[in-house]
Amino acid sequence: MHSLILATATRLLLPLMLMFSIFLLIRGHNEPGGGFVGGLVAGAGFTLYAAAYGVSQASNMLRIDPKRLIGAGLLVAVSSALLSLFLGLPLMTGLWYKEPLPVIGKVGTPMLFDVGVYLVVIGVTVTITFSLFEAEGE
Amino acid sequence: MEFIWAIVIGVLYAAGLYMIMRRSIVKIILGLSFLGYAANLLIFVVARLTRGNPPLVPNGAEAPIPPYADPLPQALILTAIVIGFGVQAFTIVLFRRAYRSCGADDIDELRTTEH
Amino acid sequence: MLTAVLSGFGGAIAAPWLHRFAPRYAGWIAALLPLALMIYFISLVPAVAGGEALRFSYAWVPSLGINLSFRIDGLSLLFALLITGIGALVLIYAGGYLANDPMLGRMLMLLLIFMAAMLGIVISDNLISMFVFWELTTISSYMLIGYKHEYEKARKAALQSLLVTGIGGLTLLAGVVLLGQVTGTLEISDMLTRGEVVRAHPLYSAILALVLVGAFTKSAQFPFHFWLPNAMEAPTPVSSYLHSATMVKAGVFLLARLNPVLGGTEVWQLSLTAFGGATMIVGSFLAVQQTDLKRILAYTTVSALGTLVFLIGIGTDEALKAAMVFTLSHALYKGALFQVAGSVDHETGTRDITHLGGLRAAMPITAAAGMLAAISMAGLPPLFGFIAKEVQYKATLKEPILIGVALVTNMLTVVAAGLASLRVFFGQPAHTPKHAHEAPLSMWLGPVVLALAGLGAGLLSAQVGNALIGPATSSVIGKAKEIELLLWSGIEGAAGQALALSVVTLVVGVGLYQARSIFGRIAAAAAPLAPWGAEGWYQRIVDGMLALAAWQTRMLQNGYLRFYIGLIITTTLVLTTFMLIVGRVAITVPADWADVRIYELMVALIILAATTFVIRATSRLAAVVGLGFVGYGTALVFLLFSGPDLAITQFAVETLVAILFVLVVYRLPRFGNLSTTGARVRSAALAIAGGALMTLLTLVALASPTESRVSEFLAENSAPRAFGRNVVNVILVDFRGFDTMGEITVLGVAAIGIYALLKLVLAPEHDEHKAAEAPSGDGVPRERAETIDV
Repeated sequence: MHSLILATATRLLLPLMLMFSIFLLIRGHNEPGGGFVGGLVAGAGFTLYAAAYGVSQASNMLRIDPKRLIGAGLLVAVSSALLSLFLGLPLMTGLWYKEPLPVIGKVGTPMLFDVGVYLVVIGVTVTITFSLFEAEGE
Repeated sequence: MEFIWAIVIGVLYAAGLYMIMRRSIVKIILGLSFLGYAANLLIFVVARLTRGNPPLVPNGAEAPIPPYADPLPQALILTAIVIGFGVQAFTIVLFRRAYRSCGADDIDELRTTEH
Repeated sequence: MLTAVLSGFGGAIAAPWLHRFAPRYAGWIAALLPLALMIYFISLVPAVAGGEALRFSYAWVPSLGINLSFRIDGLSLLFALLITGIGALVLIYAGGYLANDPMLGRMLMLLLIFMAAMLGIVISDNLISMFVFWELTTISSYMLIGYKHEYEKARKAALQSLLVTGIGGLTLLAGVVLLGQVTGTLEISDMLTRGEVVRAHPLYSAILALVLVGAFTKSAQFPFHFWLPNAMEAPTPVSSYLHSATMVKAGVFLLARLNPVLGGTEVWQLSLTAFGGATMIVGSFLAVQQTDLKRILAYTTVSALGTLVFLIGIGTDEALKAAMVFTLSHALYKGALFQVAGSVDHETGTRDITHLGGLRAAMPITAAAGMLAAISMAGLPPLFGFIAKEVQYKATLKEPILIGVALVTNMLTVVAAGLASLRVFFGQPAHTPKHAHEAPLSMWLGPVVLALAGLGAGLLSAQVGNALIGPATSSVIGKAKEIELLLWSGIEGAAGQALALSVVTLVVGVGLYQARSIFGRIAAAAAPLAPWGAEGWYQRIVDGMLALAAWQTRMLQNGYLRFYIGLIITTTLVLTTFMLIVGRVAITVPADWADVRIYELMVALIILAATTFVIRATSRLAAVVGLGFVGYGTALVFLLFSGPDLAITQFAVETLVAILFVLVVYRLPRFGNLSTTGARVRSAALAIAGGALMTLLTLVALASPTESRVSEFLAENSAPRAFGRNVVNVILVDFRGFDTMGEITVLGVAAIGIYALLKLVLAPEHDEHKAAEAPSGDGVPRERAETIDV
């Protein structure tokens, strides 16, 4: 499946898709988007890259084992839920920073949770597609 | 306008049910996909259809302007879509594995643990 | 009191270690616990004999009225003393009997568990906690009968006793629950004062039937008697303890305990005397036909249990007293005789009486104990068994038929006593598989103590009567009652008639013993009838259940996926249609074509067309492309009807699925037409019916009003309180964040599962010989092991 067109297109597409996915993630709390969609878009980007350049190159590109992304994402989500416990509030109580930040807007633990979702979804899609690529390449 | 979609849902269910009752394992995978679409549409339609007014709060407002679409079923469906993807991938890989290990392309050949 | 019960369970935990560190003395040390408990219970005798009842209560499940409450009255105390006293002797005996058995620790553990559970039964004051202990004895009995689990016979006998007594236990539970509802309490002491209410209640006969089945199965009453002789597969200490002296008396205990609540009615008297009487005669008649020493004793135990039920059924003060006396006397002589039989078996290698004889020279102490116990069993003075028989006859005097039943049973019991003692210890010494010699101290101590106790109780009958029998009888009657227990009560009136009956019993019994060969002939003649006996029916029921299970598994679990799906669809169809018709659900089809936009119709048509295309597709690629159209069509529906988040998610997923299919689709098997046309038509019919049902249900749902306050709440609070303007996303990460947490976890698990499925490497079959040669640390050839390369 090594096609020049796909390879060239992917080189351009991947950064765009990654940026788009982060854009979806950040604005997801206020406009359509969010961790699920963002993660799927990013996962699709890496999958395309793996299709064009092979899994080993794509893995280098990703730098981190996708299975670790799943774990890291779950960890982020759980920590965001646990934070409120330290303040004596019930589990998963949303905590928000008072002043809105530029571009991103208000930040708080629910957004951190969404980041966890985002990481898990990337990890899941990439784990599935990369291992399938590898298995089919045998 | 929902009645049209009630028919579409019925057809998708029928297609899904028919396909998972086939013997070829690829058809069973396709059948599961159909059932996924059908179930998501069912939830979506039963919550009533609203044109052009997603459950978004306009900037500066307190609440979305009625009549907005019901946000709760949408949240349910959104996770169902992603989970559905996981399940579908799992099924595909499981059948691929079964095919490679036992050489079975017929679900009836997988009835026993021996091969 | 709680400590008294729990210490047994504690001791059970310690028993295996005890056996490991002191294998030779494990039995002796373990016996200290029941001995201490017995001393504790003896210390309670004066108080209880004075009419006091000691009570202890601990709220266990207060909301259901289930308490861990204990109460010791005369009845409990009599049983508690038997349980602990015989328990101590049995533990010592087991230590000698299984001296070289590496599993002795387990035996001691199970015996202690059983002892604790049995104590729990007799001193519980709450019916539910008593039931729990009741079931614990069933389980420990199962384990003990199956102790020699390498033998199929032992396993079968264990299962049989578990099934029979287990079903009885469930029946009893139902009876207990009903009783609790009728009386409004589960505490036995409260219940005892409400007997009138129960007996007048319309549910009385149901309660009685349920409780009786529970008691009859446990106490091996006809027609459930067959499990007890089969339970003789257990090692002899077990037979001596559980299956003669204590556990099988639990049913009798229950009847005695509930006598003030349930007893005294005509149906009670009739059923107890009828079943008890039948059990007496059947048991004793079968006993004299046996040649296996343990089976002789087992059938006489059946007969004795029948006698107890029979006496409780008669229900007069005299009869209840006789029941208590007989409980004590039977426990003493039968416990001793079982242990004697075990010693004989242990020392000679056989317990077939036709191969035994003249053992008194080789085993003098065992023989003396055995003879003494047998004399008690035959009912000769001055042993306690004589008194038991006298009071028993006195209780039956009013009805000739009752006298007849007792007379026949006691005559046959005399024969059985002779078979179990005279036949073994006198006459010509027989050639036995092992050279016979005296049993060790640990194995003759029990029989000697028990036999002497029978003698002592006979001589000191007045004291035993005051201290034990009187209080016990009072508890069974339900009010205080002075009793008199004499070895010699003269020849006047009732006492004289009873004595005359005793003499007749003995004379005829001895005569029958001389002519015992006729019993063998009767047994041989009756052999063809065996399959129609109670055990035959048991076997038929068990086989039938297994056949039914096999049949329904073949029918329902036949391995055809489409069969399962078809069954599910059919069931859903039938039930839902039924409900739609019964509920008279009106279905309106709001075919408002005016409200349909043309582009929406187009999307619907695209989805329908693509669906048809996929079903009719003949190649995998075509089908996948068609499916993609359906998916993108669905995404368009979401987009058209205000679900932008759903739409983009669906688009992204469709893209990924397309990649997945493209990757795998050519590696998947061909797109064969495997089903026959008939099968296809059948599935199509089912599928169309299922689809039509879903359309119908959608319309029904659409016809009902929607007033989702939840959605309203979520939409109104999203911006002000959760600081998010995309309500769907706020629901996902905030309002219902916990669900999302679960969902991403599931996703992670699915991904790991897929990874494992893909990376799991099984060694190819042809590498097997190589693998076998490969060095391996843990006995598993490394290349054969499943490896996941992480």
